Amino acid sequence: MDIFLQQIINGLVQGSIYALVALGYTMVYGIMGLINFAHGEVVMIGTLVTITVAGLLIKVGMPVALAGLAGLIAAILCCMALGWGLERIAYRPLRNAPRLTPLITAIGMSIVLQNLAMIIWGRNYLTFPPLLPKMDFEFAGANFTLVQVVIVLVSAATMGGLLFLVYRTKLGMAMRATSQNPAVASLMGVNINRVIAAAFVIGSALGAVAGVMVGTYYEIAHYQMGFMLGLKAFTAAVLGGIGNLAGAMLGGVLLGLIEALGAGYIGDLTGGFLGSHYQDIFAFVVLIVVLMFKPSGLFGEKTGDRA
Amino acid sequence: MLEVTGLHVAYGGIQAVRSITFHVKEGELVALIGANGAGKTSTLKAIARVIDAVGGDVHFCGEKISRLPPHDIIRKGIALVPEGRGVFPRLTVAENLAMGAFVRDDKAGIANDIEKMYAYFPRLKERETQLAGTLSGGEQQMLAIGRALMSRPKLLLLDEPSMGLAPIMVQKIFEVVRAVAAEGMTTLLIEQNAKLALEVSQRAYVMESGEVTLNGESAQLLNDPKVRAAYLGE
Repeated sequence: MDIFLQQIINGLVQGSIYALVALGYTMVYGIMGLINFAHGEVVMIGTLVTITVAGLLIKVGMPVALAGLAGLIAAILCCMALGWGLERIAYRPLRNAPRLTPLITAIGMSIVLQNLAMIIWGRNYLTFPPLLPKMDFEFAGANFTLVQVVIVLVSAATMGGLLFLVYRTKLGMAMRATSQNPAVASLMGVNINRVIAAAFVIGSALGAVAGVMVGTYYEIAHYQMGFMLGLKAFTAAVLGGIGNLAGAMLGGVLLGLIEALGAGYIGDLTGGFLGSHYQDIFAFVVLIVVLMFKPSGLFGEKTGDRA
Repeated sequence: MLEVTGLHVAYGGIQAVRSITFHVKEGELVALIGANGAGKTSTLKAIARVIDAVGGDVHFCGEKISRLPPHDIIRKGIALVPEGRGVFPRLTVAENLAMGAFVRDDKAGIANDIEKMYAYFPRLKERETQLAGTLSGGEQQMLAIGRALMSRPKLLLLDEPSMGLAPIMVQKIFEVVRAVAAEGMTTLLIEQNAKLALEVSQRAYVMESGEVTLNGESAQLLNDPKVRAAYLGE
């Protein structure tokens, strides 16, 4: 029972990170049908920017909490600029190209960004400065830390903010209209280019928040860290139904839970033959199963567009 | 108010509209009729800048609009009700109407106009919170017209509002088209149903294979033997 509850907690924490990253994939896909495979790298850049900025500020004597906040803001701004630039430079010229072209470009951008990060931050693992005090809690035999609590709360608040933006503001309505019928949205006066850029910028800001959380959680970062994280978040988005916001959130949390429970029990289930380091298997088994049996994902059903 | 001169539209090598010239004066309801494939929709799309014209000019209120980006057309006062309605299926009826007022900022005025649309089309009021994709074809057409009017246009472009609808729905929709025009809305109507179009309009242009072949007062065209033979099934 202890291990069950423990893994639920771990899964929730990991899952809320996946959910934030998955939203970046799903927003861009929902509006322009593109899978932005460079999104994982945007997250990575967010983590590394925070290391540099927060590390520097701590070194010059700024209080840790303040330095952390400054690092987070710097990461968000850098990632927003990066998302905007990616769309402008890499994807906009390919707006009317066959679908495979921007997809391959996305993979190319992912490689470019990884190498750029390697040049800037080096190829070694970097330590993420501890931004939050170490505090442990216990609940019904399971342990969790302050960092874990903060991750879940921040990600819930961020997602709440996104839902407000999409469902309660004019920009959000324009984004939803554009994703449903871009030609008619432009007849209504919506500048499609701006809406697409907004999707990239907002998705990248969420990615930056996720990046800072990943760094805080694992206390370590690396120029290749975005690759696996990106793939898993993409899996989460597909699981929930790519293009659907609620789907990305639920898919992320579910994937985190599946991974954590899988890793917790795989040793027992295989008599010790496979250990918890096989946890990455679960995400991709989920991806394959979803693609085989319900490629539209949990929430990906089309509602009646009849007549 | 609207001056189209030598407009030319082509898709690849196919000439959809070959240099047509026509105009709509303020307060008029003008119809553009013709068979399927005559180039009517292409003409309207080129005016609204949904597609690029190959040649020719479009002037609106004296200003050249044929090079504007599509999202600026509505800001000049032209609203298009597209062929096939083009409602946003996963927005509610109320949200679709609000999208029509995207270029406006006067909240009170917008709320007022939404009520006005519900008065034109009481059916939409009943379905206010429903997703537009769940409406019937006729209801979607009402919504598309209401949405276009929400921008308070100076010129309304209607593309085949009767297409695919039951006769009773067509009648309801044309009642509103007539009412809106009677209130002074300048309207350019495209219709395959020539009889209906000639009955509601003051003037009409007849298009054939991308060219205007006839034009004049609608009442006269309605009695023209050529028109009767070609479009009114006599």
